[in-house]
Amino acid sequence: MAADFNWAVGGEAGDGIDSTGKIFAQALSRAGRHVFTSKDFASRIRGGYTAYKVRTSVDKVQSVVDRLDVLIALTPRTIEENLDELHEGSVIIYDGERTTMQDVEIPDEMIGLDVPLKSLAEDAGGAIMRNVVALGAACEVAEFPIENLDSALEKRFKDKGQKLVDNNKEAARAGQSYVAEEYDHEFDYDLETTDEDYVLLNGDEAIGMGAIAAGCRFYAGYPITPATDVMTYLTGRIERYGGHVVQAEDELSAINMALGAARGGARAMTATSGPGIDLMTETFGLIATSETPLVICNVMRSGPSTGMPTKQEQGDLNGMLYGGHGEVPRFVLAPTTIDECFWKTVEAFNLAEKYQLPVYLTADLSMAVTEQTFSPETFDMDEVEIDRGKVVDETTIDDHMSDSGGFQPHEITDDGISPRAFPGTADGAHMSTGLEHDEQGRRTEDTDMRVEQVDKRNRKVETAREREDWSPREFGDADADTLVITWGSNEGALAEAVEFLADEGIDVRVLSVPYVFPRPDLSEDVAAAETTVVVECNEQGQFADLVEHDVLERVDRINKYNGVRFKADELADDIKATLAEGVEA
Amino acid sequence: MSSDIRFTDFKSDKQPTWCPGCGDFGTMNGMMKGLAETGNDPDNTFVVAGIGCSGKIGTYMHSYALHGVHGRALPVGTGVKMARPDIEVMVAGGDGDGYSIGAGHFVHAVRRNVDMTYVVMDNRIYGLTKGQASPTSREDFETSTTPDGPKQPPVNPHALALASGATFIAQSFSSDALRHQEIIQEAIEHDGFGFVNVYSPCVTFNDVDTYDYFRDSLVDLKESDHDPTNREDAKDVILDNEKEHQGVIYQDESSVPYHEQHGVDEDMSVLPDGAPESATDLVREFY
Repeated sequence: MAADFNWAVGGEAGDGIDSTGKIFAQALSRAGRHVFTSKDFASRIRGGYTAYKVRTSVDKVQSVVDRLDVLIALTPRTIEENLDELHEGSVIIYDGERTTMQDVEIPDEMIGLDVPLKSLAEDAGGAIMRNVVALGAACEVAEFPIENLDSALEKRFKDKGQKLVDNNKEAARAGQSYVAEEYDHEFDYDLETTDEDYVLLNGDEAIGMGAIAAGCRFYAGYPITPATDVMTYLTGRIERYGGHVVQAEDELSAINMALGAARGGARAMTATSGPGIDLMTETFGLIATSETPLVICNVMRSGPSTGMPTKQEQGDLNGMLYGGHGEVPRFVLAPTTIDECFWKTVEAFNLAEKYQLPVYLTADLSMAVTEQTFSPETFDMDEVEIDRGKVVDETTIDDHMSDSGGFQPHEITDDGISPRAFPGTADGAHMSTGLEHDEQGRRTEDTDMRVEQVDKRNRKVETAREREDWSPREFGDADADTLVITWGSNEGALAEAVEFLADEGIDVRVLSVPYVFPRPDLSEDVAAAETTVVVECNEQGQFADLVEHDVLERVDRINKYNGVRFKADELADDIKATLAEGVEA
Repeated sequence: MSSDIRFTDFKSDKQPTWCPGCGDFGTMNGMMKGLAETGNDPDNTFVVAGIGCSGKIGTYMHSYALHGVHGRALPVGTGVKMARPDIEVMVAGGDGDGYSIGAGHFVHAVRRNVDMTYVVMDNRIYGLTKGQASPTSREDFETSTTPDGPKQPPVNPHALALASGATFIAQSFSSDALRHQEIIQEAIEHDGFGFVNVYSPCVTFNDVDTYDYFRDSLVDLKESDHDPTNREDAKDVILDNEKEHQGVIYQDESSVPYHEQHGVDEDMSVLPDGAPESATDLVREFY
């Protein structure tokens, strides 16, 4: 891999760190360089410490590393927070005229560039541009052609007028020339440009774009870090495609609005994070038993309770798999990369409608707020397919009527999937309910029908297991004795880790699993490996538990779910029958 | 939509399990008649119901319907209507569903002014759980969970609605079939959120707010000089704790429903086979 370059800008919340970092990332992307960004941020609007970090190379970058080459530090704390990542020869750009930075100590082995950011910005038209002055200084250090920065500044400010664009360009050049003139130093960086075209986006944006591509027309949500970007992305865009976004009064309302829209026949979605998932779980069983297709996006953050709202964790896996009372069939998809956030969103909508059940689409904080470059062809809209499943219309509904002439939205079928009629379809009027129901959706406590409906709903999962591709992504050395399994956003870091290990002669095989339920059967892979390691961002090893579960010996089971308790004589017969089957097998 | 729709077309083949004499029978009849009279049919109507005795209504009516979780009927109705502006949406629930567990949604549904009808079957008691105080129970109403009465004032749903910017507020009585139907019809025809609180007596657990009580105490606003388009008049009626009223209490004739405010007018159930045309524009925005 070509040399990578690691850069950051840090200061207090409210210092414009985010937009400064984004402009630099954009400039690199527009120069045909790959970019991978990350953010250090806190749950506060002003003060504290926040940073935007950019890793760039001409080759693909898909992870952060523990190294910083150039740091723009607006506060002393920015330096302290990054001491572990800074190294001998790292460059720290700061404004010694800023009161808080006057006595700042640059560690001996590092290079401090004291640039009067604010004064130079004022000369160019306004103190507010001091961060752009710093960007110009960084361009000089990194030998990165400043014209690329111009392009990013134009994108950022063009709506605000040419004058502002020109002022910013001038500010950048002021920073550049100051470093060139005041510091007679050869820095070892050379950020070459290429002719490649890249787009730069984060996981939340990829999910939002995927939703629109998949025909999502209705989104209801309640703001929560780190899922809010999905909502802000859709707002103002989904309307162009005939859709609508509602900010609900809470997550209870959001998921019920989405449920209503889905009953109306729209492709609908909500997105939230753990605390919101807890509330939405109330409605989860209703979605499943009424067989309503719905995509629920969970952008995970550190829990439990309010936890660390701006920090990474993959702790909600069990909650998504098992949350809610009763037994609720559901799918859980977990894209492993930012581009897969797009494609798995499209897949989630198709799976939801084909199998008429709730689908969890789960990303996590580090993926949601991380931007990465991709070739635009990665998101080829012509490749998007829409499968709405068994939807009936006026001409086909007749095949799904009861003897008494009522439409049967919960018809017992071999594959478990029943016909679906949108409101307005003639003769399709029917009830949907969270109560157990018959084929027409009318409440029932009939023990036989209860069993038939439970079996039917579970049969959909079995059908999906057979019909769909639940394969993991594989990389590393296919013949290695060590198997590393991961899920969610760890894939990028693992892919690069494998290269580091290979350099040291350690070969590993990696399976990155984007499907938590249904999921691929990895028992043979685990059996073939000498050592299996599961990598995930949580303490309990929730996915590791699933892998262990899958490779365990199977037991025979006696289950009863028709609403009546076990009876002694019946149970004795069941046990005898199970034993007899066991002998035959 | 056929023109020969009768209200019985909105009846399902399920026999209600409500107690004989329950006010909900009359409430439901008025809803079915109101829907039929306003030119709707079961295939273009969506009824959303909550939980409780009132929640069973979706089962006894014939239409597209969802019987949801407790207290969330209004958000469901909101979603249906936004996705399908062409469908008539009616939301029904009880006083517990609407003013206790779902009170937060009520306020916001009123504010949104989505063009749908909300019928609350108010019996001032929790019936299905066998007689506990409801948010509209009187302060001294003795129940198994409030032996000395709730000792807190009942929720005034009309006041809550008016304060939240309601554009249609009405009160009806399930036993006054003609007036109840008339009021429901006005709510359906209202351009926006049509809210009707219906006195729907519980004959089993509430021996205070009975048919006789309402018959004796109800003042019909239609027979008074009440002007429903006057917000001050409405305020006086709503804050008058001495009398029970029926009729349209308030109607904002210049109401602009949500779909007009927000330009939400497409049938969202219709989709192309692939990504929408010009979806590639979305990718270009990330250059």
